[in-house]
Amino acid sequence: MNTDDLIRAISADAGRRPTPLGTAWLLAGMLAVLLGGTVFMLALGPRADAVASLEQARFVAKFAVTLALAAGAFQVLRTLARPGGDVGRLVPWLLVAPALLAVAVMLELAAVPEADWLARLIGTNSRLCLTFIPLIGAGPLAIFLLALRHGATTRPVLAGAVAGLLAGGLAGAFYAAHCPDDSPLFVATWYSLAILGLAALGALLAPRIARW
Amino acid sequence: MNGSDDRELGDLLRSAIAGDERSYARFLERVARRVRSYVSSRTAQGGIDPEDVVQETLLAIHLKRHTWMPDSAVLPWVLTIARHKLIDAYRRRGRRMEVDLDHIAETYAQPDVETVSERDIGRALASLAPGPRTVVAAISVEGRSIKETAQQLGMKETAVRVALHRGLAAIARRFGRD
Repeated sequence: MNTDDLIRAISADAGRRPTPLGTAWLLAGMLAVLLGGTVFMLALGPRADAVASLEQARFVAKFAVTLALAAGAFQVLRTLARPGGDVGRLVPWLLVAPALLAVAVMLELAAVPEADWLARLIGTNSRLCLTFIPLIGAGPLAIFLLALRHGATTRPVLAGAVAGLLAGGLAGAFYAAHCPDDSPLFVATWYSLAILGLAALGALLAPRIARW
Repeated sequence: MNGSDDRELGDLLRSAIAGDERSYARFLERVARRVRSYVSSRTAQGGIDPEDVVQETLLAIHLKRHTWMPDSAVLPWVLTIARHKLIDAYRRRGRRMEVDLDHIAETYAQPDVETVSERDIGRALASLAPGPRTVVAAISVEGRSIKETAQQLGMKETAVRVALHRGLAAIARRFGRD
Protein backbone atom coordinates (compact mmCIF):
# COMPACT_ATOMS: atom_id res chain seq x y z
CA MET A 1 0.00 0.00 0.00
CA ASN A 2 1.54 3.33 -0.94
CA THR A 3 0.99 6.60 0.88
CA ASP A 4 -1.77 7.81 -1.46
CA ASP A 5 -3.70 4.57 -0.79
CA LEU A 6 -3.27 5.13 2.92
CA ILE A 7 -4.53 8.72 2.63
CA ARG A 8 -7.66 7.43 0.87
CA ALA A 9 -8.32 4.97 3.68
CA ILE A 10 -7.69 7.54 6.40
CA SER A 11 -9.85 10.27 4.87
CA ALA A 12 -12.69 7.76 4.41
CA ASP A 13 -12.57 7.32 8.20
CA ALA A 14 -13.26 11.04 8.78
CA GLY A 15 -16.87 10.31 9.73
CA ARG A 16 -15.81 8.72 12.97
CA ARG A 17 -15.45 11.63 15.40
CA PRO A 18 -12.95 11.17 18.20
CA THR A 19 -13.87 12.18 21.75
CA PRO A 20 -12.48 15.70 22.34
CA LEU A 21 -9.60 15.76 24.79
CA GLY A 22 -11.39 18.32 26.99
CA THR A 23 -14.34 15.98 27.41
CA ALA A 24 -11.99 13.13 28.30
CA TRP A 25 -10.27 15.19 31.01
CA LEU A 26 -13.56 16.42 32.45
CA LEU A 27 -14.81 12.85 32.62
CA ALA A 28 -11.54 11.59 34.08
CA GLY A 29 -11.54 14.33 36.74
CA MET A 30 -15.09 13.58 37.85
CA LEU A 31 -14.53 9.81 37.87
CA ALA A 32 -11.29 10.19 39.83
CA VAL A 33 -12.94 12.32 42.54
CA LEU A 34 -15.85 9.90 42.72
CA LEU A 35 -13.62 6.83 42.94
CA GLY A 36 -11.13 8.36 45.40
CA GLY A 37 -13.99 9.67 47.52
CA THR A 38 -15.73 6.29 47.58
CA VAL A 39 -12.58 4.45 48.67
CA PHE A 40 -11.97 7.12 51.34
CA MET A 41 -15.50 6.93 52.73
CA LEU A 42 -15.51 3.12 52.76
CA ALA A 43 -12.05 2.73 54.26
CA LEU A 44 -11.73 5.71 56.62
CA GLY A 45 -14.29 8.51 56.53
CA PRO A 46 -13.67 12.01 57.93
CA ARG A 47 -12.64 12.41 61.56
CA ALA A 48 -15.36 13.29 64.05
CA ASP A 49 -14.30 16.91 64.50
CA ALA A 50 -13.59 17.57 60.82
CA VAL A 51 -16.13 20.36 60.40
CA ALA A 52 -15.24 22.07 63.67
CA SER A 53 -11.54 21.86 62.75
CA LEU A 54 -12.13 24.05 59.69
CA GLU A 55 -11.48 26.99 62.02
CA GLN A 56 -7.92 25.83 62.61
CA ALA A 57 -5.27 27.09 60.23
CA ARG A 58 -3.20 23.90 60.37
CA PHE A 59 -6.18 21.74 59.36
CA VAL A 60 -7.15 24.04 56.49
CA ALA A 61 -3.53 24.30 55.29
CA LYS A 62 -3.53 20.54 54.58
CA PHE A 63 -6.29 21.03 52.02
CA ALA A 64 -4.73 24.17 50.56
CA VAL A 65 -1.44 22.37 49.89
CA THR A 66 -2.89 19.13 48.51
CA LEU A 67 -5.55 20.80 46.37
CA ALA A 68 -3.03 23.33 45.01
CA LEU A 69 -0.86 20.39 44.01
CA ALA A 70 -3.77 18.65 42.30
CA ALA A 71 -4.84 21.81 40.45
CA GLY A 72 -1.31 22.56 39.23
CA ALA A 73 -0.66 18.98 38.18
CA PHE A 74 -3.97 18.85 36.30
CA GLN A 75 -2.99 21.91 34.22
CA VAL A 76 0.44 20.51 33.41
CA LEU A 77 -0.87 17.01 32.64
CA ARG A 78 -3.43 18.32 30.16
CA THR A 79 -0.67 20.17 28.32
CA LEU A 80 1.66 17.16 28.39
CA ALA A 81 -1.06 15.08 26.71
CA ARG A 82 -0.81 17.16 23.51
CA PRO A 83 2.14 16.97 21.08
CA GLY A 84 3.95 20.29 21.08
CA GLY A 85 2.21 21.61 24.19
CA ASP A 86 4.27 24.30 25.91
CA VAL A 87 4.95 22.77 29.31
CA GLY A 88 7.73 25.09 30.44
CA ARG A 89 5.29 27.97 30.74
CA LEU A 90 3.21 25.96 33.22
CA VAL A 91 5.95 24.87 35.62
CA PRO A 92 5.15 27.71 38.07
CA TRP A 93 1.75 26.03 38.58
CA LEU A 94 3.53 23.01 40.02
CA LEU A 95 5.55 25.17 42.40
CA VAL A 96 2.53 26.67 44.18
CA ALA A 97 1.97 23.67 46.46
CA PRO A 98 5.63 23.26 47.54
CA ALA A 99 5.81 27.03 48.17
CA LEU A 100 2.66 26.96 50.31
CA LEU A 101 4.03 23.98 52.21
CA ALA A 102 7.38 25.70 52.77
CA VAL A 103 5.63 28.74 54.23
CA ALA A 104 3.50 26.54 56.49
CA VAL A 105 6.58 24.67 57.71
CA MET A 106 8.38 27.91 58.53
CA LEU A 107 5.39 29.26 60.44
CA GLU A 108 5.20 25.98 62.35
CA LEU A 109 8.91 26.08 63.20
CA ALA A 110 8.43 29.62 64.49
CA ALA A 111 5.30 28.77 66.49
CA VAL A 112 6.40 25.52 68.12
CA PRO A 113 9.36 25.14 70.52
CA GLU A 114 12.27 23.19 69.07
CA ALA A 115 11.85 20.36 71.58
CA ASP A 116 8.47 19.49 70.04
CA TRP A 117 9.54 19.52 66.39
CA LEU A 118 10.40 15.84 66.17
CA ALA A 119 7.23 14.70 67.94
CA ARG A 120 5.14 16.81 65.55
CA LEU A 121 6.99 15.42 62.54
CA ILE A 122 6.57 11.81 63.62
CA GLY A 123 2.93 12.36 64.55
CA THR A 124 0.66 9.48 65.52
CA ASN A 125 -0.34 8.00 62.22
CA SER A 126 2.47 8.00 59.66
CA ARG A 127 1.95 4.36 58.70
CA LEU A 128 -1.74 4.94 58.06
CA CYS A 129 -0.83 7.95 55.94
CA LEU A 130 1.69 5.98 53.88
CA THR A 131 -0.89 3.23 53.37
CA PHE A 132 -4.03 5.15 52.58
CA ILE A 133 -2.82 8.00 50.39
CA PRO A 134 -1.51 5.49 47.80
CA LEU A 135 -4.59 3.32 48.27
CA ILE A 136 -7.03 6.21 47.72
CA GLY A 137 -4.88 7.55 44.87
CA ALA A 138 -4.43 4.28 42.95
CA GLY A 139 -7.83 4.40 41.24
CA PRO A 140 -7.53 8.06 40.23
CA LEU A 141 -4.00 7.40 38.93
CA ALA A 142 -5.31 4.60 36.71
CA ILE A 143 -8.05 6.88 35.38
CA PHE A 144 -5.63 9.72 34.62
CA LEU A 145 -3.25 7.35 32.84
CA LEU A 146 -6.12 6.13 30.67
CA ALA A 147 -7.02 9.74 29.82
CA LEU A 148 -3.35 10.29 28.98
CA ARG A 149 -3.57 7.28 26.67
CA HIS A 150 -6.44 8.96 24.85
CA GLY A 151 -4.12 11.92 24.32
CA ALA A 152 -0.66 11.67 22.79
CA THR A 153 2.22 12.50 25.05
CA THR A 154 5.76 12.74 23.74
CA ARG A 155 7.14 12.70 27.31
CA PRO A 156 5.48 9.69 28.93
CA VAL A 157 7.75 9.42 32.00
CA LEU A 158 7.23 13.05 32.97
CA ALA A 159 3.52 12.90 32.16
CA GLY A 160 3.16 9.74 34.27
CA ALA A 161 4.91 11.39 37.19
CA VAL A 162 2.63 14.42 36.93
CA ALA A 163 -0.40 12.11 36.78
CA GLY A 164 0.90 10.59 40.03
CA LEU A 165 1.20 14.05 41.62
CA LEU A 166 -2.37 14.78 40.56
CA ALA A 167 -3.70 11.51 41.96
CA GLY A 168 -1.58 12.01 45.08
CA GLY A 169 -2.79 15.57 45.64
CA LEU A 170 -6.37 14.40 45.34
CA ALA A 171 -5.83 11.41 47.64
CA GLY A 172 -3.97 13.63 50.12
CA ALA A 173 -6.91 16.04 50.27
CA PHE A 174 -9.29 13.18 51.07
CA TYR A 175 -6.93 11.64 53.59
CA ALA A 176 -6.39 15.02 55.28
CA ALA A 177 -10.04 14.96 56.38
CA HIS A 178 -9.36 11.80 58.37
CA CYS A 179 -5.77 12.27 59.56
CA PRO A 180 -5.47 13.57 63.15
CA ASP A 181 -1.97 14.96 62.51
CA ASP A 182 -2.30 18.56 61.35
CA SER A 183 1.29 19.79 61.76
CA PRO A 184 2.88 21.03 58.50
CA LEU A 185 5.98 19.10 59.64
CA PHE A 186 3.97 15.88 59.43
CA VAL A 187 2.43 16.83 56.09
CA ALA A 188 5.77 17.83 54.56
CA THR A 189 7.27 14.48 55.54
CA TRP A 190 4.67 11.76 55.19
CA TYR A 191 2.22 13.21 52.67
CA SER A 192 5.13 14.11 50.41
CA LEU A 193 6.57 10.61 50.69
CA ALA A 194 3.24 8.97 49.87
CA ILE A 195 2.54 11.34 46.96
CA LEU A 196 6.03 10.89 45.52
CA GLY A 197 5.42 7.14 45.63
CA LEU A 198 2.38 7.61 43.39
CA ALA A 199 4.43 9.87 41.10
CA ALA A 200 7.08 7.15 40.77
CA LEU A 201 4.39 4.59 40.00
CA GLY A 202 2.92 6.88 37.35
CA ALA A 203 6.33 7.46 35.77
CA LEU A 204 6.88 3.71 35.66
CA LEU A 205 3.48 2.83 34.15
CA ALA A 206 2.84 5.68 31.71
CA PRO A 207 5.38 4.64 29.04
CA ARG A 208 3.56 1.30 28.75
CA ILE A 209 -0.01 2.55 29.10
CA ALA A 210 0.23 5.75 27.07
CA ARG A 211 2.19 4.36 24.11
CA TRP A 212 1.01 5.55 20.73
CA MET B 1 6.09 27.48 5.59
CA ASN B 2 4.39 30.77 6.36
CA GLY B 3 1.44 31.85 8.45
CA SER B 4 -1.19 31.82 5.71
CA ASP B 5 -0.13 28.30 4.76
CA ASP B 6 -0.64 27.17 8.34
CA ARG B 7 -4.02 28.91 8.47
CA GLU B 8 -5.11 27.01 5.35
CA LEU B 9 -3.99 23.75 6.92
CA GLY B 10 -5.91 24.71 10.06
CA ASP B 11 -9.09 25.33 8.06
CA LEU B 12 -8.72 21.99 6.26
CA LEU B 13 -8.08 20.12 9.50
CA ARG B 14 -11.08 21.78 11.19
CA SER B 15 -13.37 20.63 8.36
CA ALA B 16 -11.75 17.21 8.47
CA ILE B 17 -12.40 16.85 12.19
CA ALA B 18 -15.99 17.89 11.52
CA GLY B 19 -16.21 14.91 9.13
CA ASP B 20 -15.42 16.33 5.65
CA GLU B 21 -13.53 13.64 3.71
CA ARG B 22 -12.40 15.79 0.82
CA SER B 23 -10.81 18.43 3.07
CA TYR B 24 -9.19 15.63 5.01
CA ALA B 25 -7.61 14.10 1.88
CA ARG B 26 -6.26 17.51 0.81
CA PHE B 27 -4.94 18.15 4.32
CA LEU B 28 -3.20 14.76 4.46
CA GLU B 29 -1.62 15.17 1.02
CA ARG B 30 -0.08 18.50 1.98
CA VAL B 31 1.00 17.24 5.38
CA ALA B 32 2.52 14.10 3.80
CA ARG B 33 4.72 16.27 1.55
CA ARG B 34 5.83 18.38 4.49
CA VAL B 35 6.53 15.37 6.72
CA ARG B 36 8.36 13.60 3.89
CA SER B 37 10.84 16.44 3.56
CA TYR B 38 11.25 16.61 7.35
CA VAL B 39 11.88 12.86 7.64
CA SER B 40 14.00 12.41 4.49
CA SER B 41 16.67 14.82 5.64
CA ARG B 42 16.90 12.93 8.93
CA THR B 43 17.04 9.36 7.62
CA ALA B 44 19.76 9.85 5.00
CA GLN B 45 22.07 7.24 6.54
CA GLY B 46 19.95 5.55 9.17
CA GLY B 47 18.79 2.43 7.38
CA ILE B 48 15.20 3.60 7.85
CA ASP B 49 12.68 3.87 5.03
CA PRO B 50 11.45 7.46 5.29
CA GLU B 51 8.12 6.58 3.69
CA ASP B 52 7.44 4.14 6.55
CA VAL B 53 7.80 7.02 8.98
CA VAL B 54 5.60 9.26 6.81
CA GLN B 55 2.84 6.64 6.84
CA GLU B 56 3.18 6.05 10.57
CA THR B 57 2.96 9.79 11.14
CA LEU B 58 -0.19 10.10 9.02
CA LEU B 59 -1.84 7.27 10.96
CA ALA B 60 -0.84 8.86 14.27
CA ILE B 61 -2.19 12.24 13.12
CA HIS B 62 -5.45 10.52 12.23
CA LEU B 63 -5.87 8.58 15.47
CA LYS B 64 -4.76 11.57 17.60
CA ARG B 65 -6.34 14.42 15.65
CA HIS B 66 -8.33 15.42 18.75
CA THR B 67 -5.04 16.44 20.43
CA TRP B 68 -4.77 19.42 18.07
CA MET B 69 -6.15 22.61 19.65
CA PRO B 70 -8.43 24.15 17.00
CA ASP B 71 -7.00 27.65 17.42
CA SER B 72 -3.32 26.71 17.49
CA ALA B 73 -0.73 26.32 14.71
CA VAL B 74 -0.91 23.04 12.77
CA LEU B 75 2.67 22.50 11.61
CA PRO B 76 4.40 22.50 15.01
CA TRP B 77 1.85 19.89 16.09
CA VAL B 78 2.39 17.81 12.94
CA LEU B 79 6.18 17.96 13.16
CA THR B 80 6.19 17.04 16.86
CA ILE B 81 4.27 13.90 15.93
CA ALA B 82 6.64 13.20 13.01
CA ARG B 83 9.63 13.61 15.32
CA HIS B 84 8.08 11.26 17.89
CA LYS B 85 7.53 8.63 15.18
CA LEU B 86 11.03 9.11 13.79
CA ILE B 87 12.60 8.57 17.22
CA ASP B 88 10.40 5.50 17.60
CA ALA B 89 11.63 4.12 14.29
CA TYR B 90 15.27 4.62 15.28
CA ARG B 91 14.64 3.01 18.65
CA ARG B 92 13.02 -0.01 17.00
CA ARG B 93 15.80 -0.32 14.47
CA GLY B 94 18.34 -0.33 17.29
CA ARG B 95 16.42 -3.04 19.09
CA ARG B 96 16.03 -5.07 15.90
CA MET B 97 19.77 -4.97 15.30
CA GLU B 98 20.41 -6.18 18.84
CA VAL B 99 17.91 -8.97 18.36
CA ASP B 100 19.59 -9.90 15.09
CA LEU B 101 22.99 -10.11 16.75
CA ASP B 102 21.66 -12.30 19.56
CA HIS B 103 19.94 -14.47 17.05
CA ILE B 104 23.08 -14.87 14.98
CA ALA B 105 25.19 -15.63 18.05
CA GLU B 106 22.79 -18.32 19.22
CA THR B 107 22.51 -20.02 15.89
CA TYR B 108 26.11 -19.61 14.87
CA ALA B 109 26.35 -23.22 13.75
CA GLN B 110 23.53 -22.79 11.26
CA PRO B 111 24.56 -20.56 8.37
CA ASP B 112 21.10 -19.95 6.92
CA VAL B 113 19.84 -17.46 9.52
CA GLU B 114 16.57 -15.88 8.58
CA THR B 115 17.01 -12.12 8.69
CA VAL B 116 14.23 -9.90 9.95
CA SER B 117 12.85 -8.09 6.94
CA GLU B 118 11.71 -4.50 6.85
CA ARG B 119 8.08 -4.16 7.80
CA ASP B 120 5.85 -2.00 5.69
CA ILE B 121 2.18 -1.23 5.51
CA GLY B 122 1.68 -4.02 2.99
CA ARG B 123 2.74 -6.52 5.59
CA ALA B 124 0.72 -4.75 8.23
CA LEU B 125 -2.30 -5.00 5.94
CA ALA B 126 -1.63 -8.70 5.47
CA SER B 127 -1.57 -9.14 9.25
CA LEU B 128 -5.10 -7.82 9.69
CA ALA B 129 -8.05 -10.12 10.30
CA PRO B 130 -9.77 -11.02 6.99
CA GLY B 131 -12.76 -8.69 7.57
CA PRO B 132 -10.94 -5.40 8.16
CA ARG B 133 -8.27 -6.39 5.59
CA THR B 134 -10.81 -6.70 2.77
CA VAL B 135 -12.45 -3.42 3.72
CA VAL B 136 -9.20 -1.45 4.10
CA ALA B 137 -7.84 -2.86 0.83
CA ALA B 138 -11.07 -2.06 -1.08
CA ILE B 139 -11.02 1.57 0.08
CA SER B 140 -7.29 2.22 -0.10
CA VAL B 141 -5.76 0.13 -2.88
CA GLU B 142 -8.89 -0.27 -5.04
CA GLY B 143 -10.05 3.28 -4.28
CA ARG B 144 -13.70 2.43 -3.61
CA SER B 145 -16.03 4.58 -1.52
CA ILE B 146 -17.60 3.37 1.70
CA LYS B 147 -20.89 2.91 -0.16
CA GLU B 148 -19.34 0.93 -3.02
CA THR B 149 -17.43 -1.22 -0.57
CA ALA B 150 -20.61 -1.94 1.36
CA GLN B 151 -22.43 -2.99 -1.83
CA GLN B 152 -19.52 -5.06 -3.10
CA LEU B 153 -19.11 -6.95 0.18
CA GLY B 154 -22.81 -7.13 1.05
CA MET B 155 -22.23 -5.27 4.33
CA LYS B 156 -24.01 -2.37 5.99
CA GLU B 157 -22.24 0.99 5.61
CA THR B 158 -21.85 1.35 9.36
CA ALA B 159 -20.19 -2.06 9.52
CA VAL B 160 -17.78 -0.97 6.76
CA ARG B 161 -16.96 2.18 8.73
CA VAL B 162 -16.31 0.22 11.91
CA ALA B 163 -14.11 -2.30 10.05
CA LEU B 164 -12.17 0.53 8.38
CA HIS B 165 -11.53 2.31 11.67
CA ARG B 166 -10.49 -0.88 13.44
CA GLY B 167 -8.25 -1.81 10.54
CA LEU B 168 -6.45 1.54 10.61
CA ALA B 169 -6.02 1.39 14.38
CA ALA B 170 -4.64 -2.15 14.09
CA ILE B 171 -2.15 -1.09 11.41
CA ALA B 172 -0.98 1.79 13.62
CA ARG B 173 -0.52 -0.59 16.58
CA ARG B 174 1.29 -3.08 14.37
CA PHE B 175 3.75 -0.41 13.30
CA GLY B 176 4.67 0.35 16.88
CA ARG B 177 5.63 -3.24 17.67
CA ASP B 178 8.93 -5.12 17.44
